[in-house]
Amino acid sequence: MNLADDWRPGPRAAALLLLERVEQELPFPGAPRVGITGAPGSGKSTLLDALVRAYRRRGETLGIAAVDPSSQRSGGALLGDRIRVRSGAGDPGVFLRSMASRTRLGGLAESTRAGVLVLAAAFDRVLVETVGVGQSEAEVATLVDTLVLVVGPGAGDELQFMKAGLLELPDLILVNKADLGAPAERTAAELASGLGLSEGAASGAPPPVLLASARDGTGVEALVAAIDAHRAELLASGELLRRRRSGREAWLLDALLRRYGSYGLERLGGREALRRRAAEHAGSSAFGLVAQLSREIEEALRKGPGA
Amino acid sequence: MTPGQPPQRDRPWVFRTYSGHSSAAASNALYRGNLAKGQTGLSVAFDLPTQTGYDSDHPLARGEVGKVGVPICHLDDLLALFEGLPLDRMNTSMTINATAAWLLALLIAAAERTGVDPRQLQGTTQNDLIKEYLSRGTYVFPPKPSLRLISDMVAYTVEEVPRWNPTNVCSYHLQEAGATPVQEIAYALATSLAVLDAVRARDDVPEASLPRVVGRISFFLNAGIRFVEEVCKVRAMAELWDELARERYGVADPELRRFRYGVQVNSLGLTEAQPENNAIRIVLESLGVTLSKRARCRALQLPAWNEALGLPRPWDQQWSLRMQQILAFETDLLEYEDLFEGSRVVEARTREIRDAARAELDRVLAQGGAVACVENAYMKQRLVESQTARTRAIEAGLLTVVGVNAFPETEPSPLTAGERSILRVDPSAEREQIERLRAFRTRRSPAEVQAALRNLGDVVANGGNVMPPSVRAALAGVTTGEWTGALRALFGEYRAPTGVVAREPGQASPACLAVRERVHALSESLGRPLKILVGKPGLDGHSNGAEQIAVRARDVGMEVVYDGIRLTPEQIVQSAQDEGVHVIGLSILSGSHEVLVEDVLTRLRAEGCESLPVVVGGIIPEEDALRLRRAGVRRVYTPKDFDLTRILGEIVDVVAEAKAAA
Repeated sequence: MNLADDWRPGPRAAALLLLERVEQELPFPGAPRVGITGAPGSGKSTLLDALVRAYRRRGETLGIAAVDPSSQRSGGALLGDRIRVRSGAGDPGVFLRSMASRTRLGGLAESTRAGVLVLAAAFDRVLVETVGVGQSEAEVATLVDTLVLVVGPGAGDELQFMKAGLLELPDLILVNKADLGAPAERTAAELASGLGLSEGAASGAPPPVLLASARDGTGVEALVAAIDAHRAELLASGELLRRRRSGREAWLLDALLRRYGSYGLERLGGREALRRRAAEHAGSSAFGLVAQLSREIEEALRKGPGA
Repeated sequence: MTPGQPPQRDRPWVFRTYSGHSSAAASNALYRGNLAKGQTGLSVAFDLPTQTGYDSDHPLARGEVGKVGVPICHLDDLLALFEGLPLDRMNTSMTINATAAWLLALLIAAAERTGVDPRQLQGTTQNDLIKEYLSRGTYVFPPKPSLRLISDMVAYTVEEVPRWNPTNVCSYHLQEAGATPVQEIAYALATSLAVLDAVRARDDVPEASLPRVVGRISFFLNAGIRFVEEVCKVRAMAELWDELARERYGVADPELRRFRYGVQVNSLGLTEAQPENNAIRIVLESLGVTLSKRARCRALQLPAWNEALGLPRPWDQQWSLRMQQILAFETDLLEYEDLFEGSRVVEARTREIRDAARAELDRVLAQGGAVACVENAYMKQRLVESQTARTRAIEAGLLTVVGVNAFPETEPSPLTAGERSILRVDPSAEREQIERLRAFRTRRSPAEVQAALRNLGDVVANGGNVMPPSVRAALAGVTTGEWTGALRALFGEYRAPTGVVAREPGQASPACLAVRERVHALSESLGRPLKILVGKPGLDGHSNGAEQIAVRARDVGMEVVYDGIRLTPEQIVQSAQDEGVHVIGLSILSGSHEVLVEDVLTRLRAEGCESLPVVVGGIIPEEDALRLRRAGVRRVYTPKDFDLTRILGEIVDVVAEAKAAA
């Protein structure tokens, strides 16, 4: 994990080789990757903790990436998830790595994808926890197979954001704090009916809305079952492969844009060209491909405009 | 005044000194000594394992037994603690929270054993879990079961131990955690309302008893150095309490609405540098809670002048006791009616504080009350904010602390030099306590113990009052760890929110910016941002220092894994490895640093991580600091190191050094 995170040229080259191998050798579909996102106060850490217990009871080993936002001003970050997700402490079957989002407002660090792949190689299941603000929800959707949005009772705003297209539609919505009774139930009902009426769900059907209490443990098994069901659906329809590919493509685009900007990307032939190249090399590692494409862009930039 | 006759004066408050250490027998000797010197009430300090429900031989108790208070594992320990002290004539304050029901049960059992009617018992169990979640850290169970235990004790004592104060709602610890006077009042009152509402909702407490219940609620306040404001604070709180008792609980009798409280004066502001100045601070802080007759404390505890250095010796405690006695008996304070009645200045400030406190209390109530505001971290976050503001103010010189950020020059002190300037707990105390515990276990009837524990579990699981089965358990020889274990199985364990939020740092000071530059530069050469693990090993729950460091570390650009409290050395090393940190920061204020830090260093070596640097902060005497450094700790920080930015700058150095050496 340390190596995958290292930006110095020497370690980075070694990391890329390693990551290339890892990605290449990863079986398909391999370890399920589940994203848990939600606003602060939604209780997603408590829910994650309950999920850890549930999965461990099933005998699955877990690799968890817990992402927290970095301060734009200082560059630092308070990574406080470890303290909330305690059920894995001392358990060799649970590995938790706290990650800062690093660069952009609400986005994810470039190295997060590498981290997730390493975890997928080492554990039966990967859980990625992020704070659902700004870009991070859209980005985490490119890293995981199933995205669960956790909301607390009274989550009217979330629905409005979803309708306005400001939030990607998650695959599952979990209304937490069911132990509060009526307010939680009402929120679940409102979300379910509101989503049923809205357009824009990419796959046609709106995401199921579940009710749970992470604290009591009620509804957690149902969530686990829903996640399993979603995975089965994705596999049966071929959607999982498509998602993994488009996630890969999104990361490639992001990585190249970060390094070379739109100008650099144009030297390659723009997004269309990138898409084509990514499809052509669908079987090979994105890390290898990004190194290759970087070399081509640099070559083109050296030659100057009009080359 | 008639010539030849002494003037009429009020009876003074109760003089207590918070104390206990090593063993029940040693503490008993200390109490007898203090009582002989004129102390009029006891204040029992328990060690961390007792406070958090572990027997002295539990792995988590290692290094903690008898350090910050007396270990009480079973009835024989409690009997030894009160040997020669008639329970029906003692007024005993027990600073115990999560395990309060157990300690009261032990006391009642002790009364029965020594032929004393439990109805004669006088004193207090602190029993305020809300402030534990917010600042002190010795909670065990989640908020709802904790509140249930508190209300069980209130319901029980109102009938069975009527002279006992079942709970002391605390604002003391809130001030120690940085609370402003307004926050102190608002959050403490919110807690008292949570308790009273819980009791009121019970079937076994008739409506008619409610006024008596309200009358038995007492408080434990802090008295800070800004003593004029403190006088106003107490007056404001008394007015609000009277209002709440009348309007919310319908208490008609003004006697039952009286604001009853005890005090320990502020310890956060006691300095390590020029510690002799603390004697003056302590006297001045006493004024806030004694000057105004209308708002005078019922009992006063004074810390010793050397609290920031380590445990006080009997002589240090005596000095603080004499301060109280001189104030009470030599001055004319107790001969007058309230000095501030009709004072425009005091009444205006009192009104101001009262109105602001009422507004803040309403904000807490609007969110669902004290328990809700623990769970959603609202109160904790406000406290961390206030503490951060205070720390910054001291660093910027806006808040003066004599001897620290002003007038730091000093002659060499005759008082603090050398090994004997604080009390050292004999390391054999832990071993001996464990031996006594093991011997005790062989003397009791296993069948009775099992039956009592089963009974406890059944009664509590079915919603019955925890006290009767606990008294039975105490008499049967159940231990502290067993009692708590039975309840842990039912209620679960809790981790409180840290209140350390990822909010954008404000305008950074030039020093902070300079360290930030260095962090960024070092991160470049490390290949990723500097990552630090901050955590507290052992049972000490005073997390304020660790929280402030975590926040400041973030402000200077580090990635901070804040791992919280009650960690084993094993967990710390595991976290450090999994997270790939560049440095570990440990915070320990309980005196158990030698054992725990050594354990961490040993494990790091065993994992091949000896190059991972460790720094330690806490209450650590100079001689111990030397030993720690020789063992491999890179830096040791104590309360005199108040400039957090400077500390973090040094941590950057430590990481750079470690990198160069690798």
